Amino acid sequence: MQPKESINDFVIKFANVNGTGSASANGMFAKAIFRMGIPVSPRNIFPSNIQGLPTWYEVRVSRDGYLGRRGGVDMMISVNPQSFAKDVSEVEPGGYMVYDTTKPLDLRHVRRDVNYLGIPLTEMCLREYTDSRQRQLFKNVIYVGALAALLNIDFAILKDLVREQFKGKEKLITPNIHALEMGHQYASTHFTCPLGIHLKAGEQTPKHIEEFDQILMDGNTATALGAVYAGATVAAWYPITPSTSVVDAFEKYCRRLRIDPGTGKKNYAIVQAEDELSAMGMVIGANWNGARAFTATSGPGISLMSEFLGLAYFAEVPAVLVDVQRAGPSTGMPTRTQQSDIFAAAYASHGDTKHVLLFPATPAECFSMTVEAFDLAERLQTPVILMSDLDLGMNEWMSPPLEFDDSYRYDRGKVLTGEELEAMTERFGRYLDLDGDGIPYRTYPGAHPTKGAYFTRGSSRDEYAAYTEDGDVYVRNMDRLLQKFETAKSLVPEAKIKMADAPTQDALLFFGTTASPAYEALETLEKEGIHLDTLRLRSFPFTQEVEDFIEAHDRIFVIEQNRDGQMRRLLLNETNVEANAKLVSVVEYDGLPVTARKIAAVIRGHLGVNNVTPLVPQEKDIA
Amino acid sequence: MTYAKPAFRHPDSKTNEVGCTRRDYEGGLSTLCAGCGHDSISAAIIDACFELSIEPHRVAKLSGIGCSSKTPAYFLSGSHSFNSVHGRMPSVATGANVANRDLIYIGVSGDGDTASIGMGQFAHVMRRNLNMTYIVENNGCYGLTKGQDSATMDTDSVSKKGDINPYMPIDLVRLGIEVGATFVGRSFSGDKAQLVPLIKAAISHRGFALLDVISPCVTFNNHQGSTKSYANFREHNEAMPVDFVPRREAITTSYDAGMVQEVCLHDGSVLRLQKVNNEYNIEDAQSALDAIAHHSKQDRILTGLLYINRDSEELHDVLQTASKPLNTMSQRDLCPGSRFLDSINAGLR
Repeated sequence: MQPKESINDFVIKFANVNGTGSASANGMFAKAIFRMGIPVSPRNIFPSNIQGLPTWYEVRVSRDGYLGRRGGVDMMISVNPQSFAKDVSEVEPGGYMVYDTTKPLDLRHVRRDVNYLGIPLTEMCLREYTDSRQRQLFKNVIYVGALAALLNIDFAILKDLVREQFKGKEKLITPNIHALEMGHQYASTHFTCPLGIHLKAGEQTPKHIEEFDQILMDGNTATALGAVYAGATVAAWYPITPSTSVVDAFEKYCRRLRIDPGTGKKNYAIVQAEDELSAMGMVIGANWNGARAFTATSGPGISLMSEFLGLAYFAEVPAVLVDVQRAGPSTGMPTRTQQSDIFAAAYASHGDTKHVLLFPATPAECFSMTVEAFDLAERLQTPVILMSDLDLGMNEWMSPPLEFDDSYRYDRGKVLTGEELEAMTERFGRYLDLDGDGIPYRTYPGAHPTKGAYFTRGSSRDEYAAYTEDGDVYVRNMDRLLQKFETAKSLVPEAKIKMADAPTQDALLFFGTTASPAYEALETLEKEGIHLDTLRLRSFPFTQEVEDFIEAHDRIFVIEQNRDGQMRRLLLNETNVEANAKLVSVVEYDGLPVTARKIAAVIRGHLGVNNVTPLVPQEKDIA
Repeated sequence: MTYAKPAFRHPDSKTNEVGCTRRDYEGGLSTLCAGCGHDSISAAIIDACFELSIEPHRVAKLSGIGCSSKTPAYFLSGSHSFNSVHGRMPSVATGANVANRDLIYIGVSGDGDTASIGMGQFAHVMRRNLNMTYIVENNGCYGLTKGQDSATMDTDSVSKKGDINPYMPIDLVRLGIEVGATFVGRSFSGDKAQLVPLIKAAISHRGFALLDVISPCVTFNNHQGSTKSYANFREHNEAMPVDFVPRREAITTSYDAGMVQEVCLHDGSVLRLQKVNNEYNIEDAQSALDAIAHHSKQDRILTGLLYINRDSEELHDVLQTASKPLNTMSQRDLCPGSRFLDSINAGLR
């Protein structure tokens, strides 16, 4: 079969064994392409294990700047015999299979429509190195070197990356560069380089990445930076994949920025709690006392934190919680992605509760929305949950540089200071709605010698914080909390709406990491003459334009990464639009990020044009 | 319902160093059963805070859920209070303390709140040596749900319904010494002379102070056959007197030489303790555990200050937090600004 040809537009997947050091070599591969100014989006597809199980790294190169998963693999780098059969089967016709020739190829898994490129990786390592760990580690570097020749990666950039990576461990630089050269040399001698699929720097960049001033960063690091910029001083947490790196990164930045040079003391505190219940309790205690505090967790932690979320909602204590979602229920697939905590987060806890949710779609939004989350939590005196996911949190995404406006000031909400209390003549009522927005005034413990003290509780209380079992008072309080949630609609980030070039009654609605493949599917469908308006949700409660958008369309495809169409159901629950027949669920929940091809195919199916384009690469991909 | 008390004050009421009368340390009227041991403990807290001349607003009161956890409404109405969720007060107290190290934290819990639903948090807050006073109002049963046995109920104690408890009790004092509490005392709600100085010492201690206070439940656990009744506890109480001498005051009381031990606390106040015997060293954990076990074998319950570690690192020492409370830091102290972001961006290109 004719080998595939494509410049700057293909998918490469590495099949490795976890714990063998492949992640850093693969990361270097992706970063080199990024440094060449070519849009790239890498993804780790890893097991819940430390050593010995199959792990994959998928790198999408997209001249059009699409960062979601496309679907399909054009080149497989097979370094793991365990998963060979499955890996071969994923390669598209005309694609490439780079494999280790040290052992003979299992002929049962040889496909005639795939091009095999054999490199004796293990043999080269055995010959070159005596130490077993070196033999394992350098194998990864050798194949990156070979790929540099096969795909036309700028070798000077690779060498720079090695130098940066081993800064401070200089003696490792030369052997790594040597391993790269070995791979490069082997590929150049044995194959016609570059292959049909390859890279070319200086090609036209996509319209939305006009000048290639981009950064490559993961969402969890951006979230942690957001917490630093928001002035969070307390982080309490319990380790859980995929959220752990949020607090790791927070600590890293705090060590750089928050240690008093004079005393060596810290202007922050990180407490590793005994469980998620405790982590949430600490966050609530700290916020009650007027420090900005947050926690990061994933689905199982949300379950445990629900009790405290109910308390914070009812007792009106601010709290910021980062939920880096993974595949549930229960332990589910801890290292796979999903958007399946929507219900658990929106209605966490027993009784009538609702929580403010934010849905970032990019690292830049992880940063800005985390800053915003602290303002919202304090303004609304309620928990705010940042709904990230594993794909966004743990993978590196190309993003415009992070921005921060130095004139911006924190909104600490309605807090009466000691001076204000001193000047007050009337009795302080912690839960009095003086402004008609449902938000009362609070005081910090210790603010004033004789005024402003009150009793915080999760039990029913009156406007002056005194315990009550009076039904009317209880209802008044519950209604005020609802009023506060209405106020939240005017404060949370609005949805992003994009209208199609031609008028249409059909629309796509999505949020978070579903956005990238959804926008790509939209462009694909547009080229086929299918026009759709789009709405990207960015928050809950739903703002007015969300209701208007649903009202204005006949059919809205709600695309999300969970089984039950949780966001669709939340929309039905929480909007006043009669939308049951309008909202069509499009779901993907296998734990891998949904692909643009899948979305496009499902929409075509719904529109009755399923047979127009087959689910294989289109002409333009090969051209 | 918390009822307000009349604001009347006797013109000759004694004032303390910060100009407050004892009345300034009181709270709402208790809604607990008449004769409840918990009310005596609230009164002891009021006395202790008044006598220590603590400004009420510098105290934060925390509790969980249950009869005991209602009591912060009955003392120090001038302090902020947080009645949290069942068994989770330690984590809320930890967060609050981390955010503002300058307040005095008094937690009130019960045996259900501490030894059952809250066992995990209780053990970990001691392990972290959080600087707080943690009072367990221990009556061996669940009062608010009508008298079920709790995990501190002694084996073979008979419930009001006549059932014999088959399970081992959890001894909070021994647990506290084992997992890292740095001040461990046991007392009795009916022994004000011992309880008030113990509370004062607990508040003055720098680190986690646990007070396990036996506090009989008059309604569900004060009958014959119950080991936690007033009568039974009085009979078996081996009380070691405690005398608390605040800093700046001269020591006036006299004890038998040789049987008195003086312990100087972090803030300069002094504890004078009557020893049980010469072998018992309250600054040695094993010695304390041995003494508790020795008395227990003889069917005696040792009360008083049982263990103290005066030179421990509390959580802020471990975390190395700034002396300025975290909750007083401003945006200027905390936000790095856009220039630092430029350097972050540069490193990610």
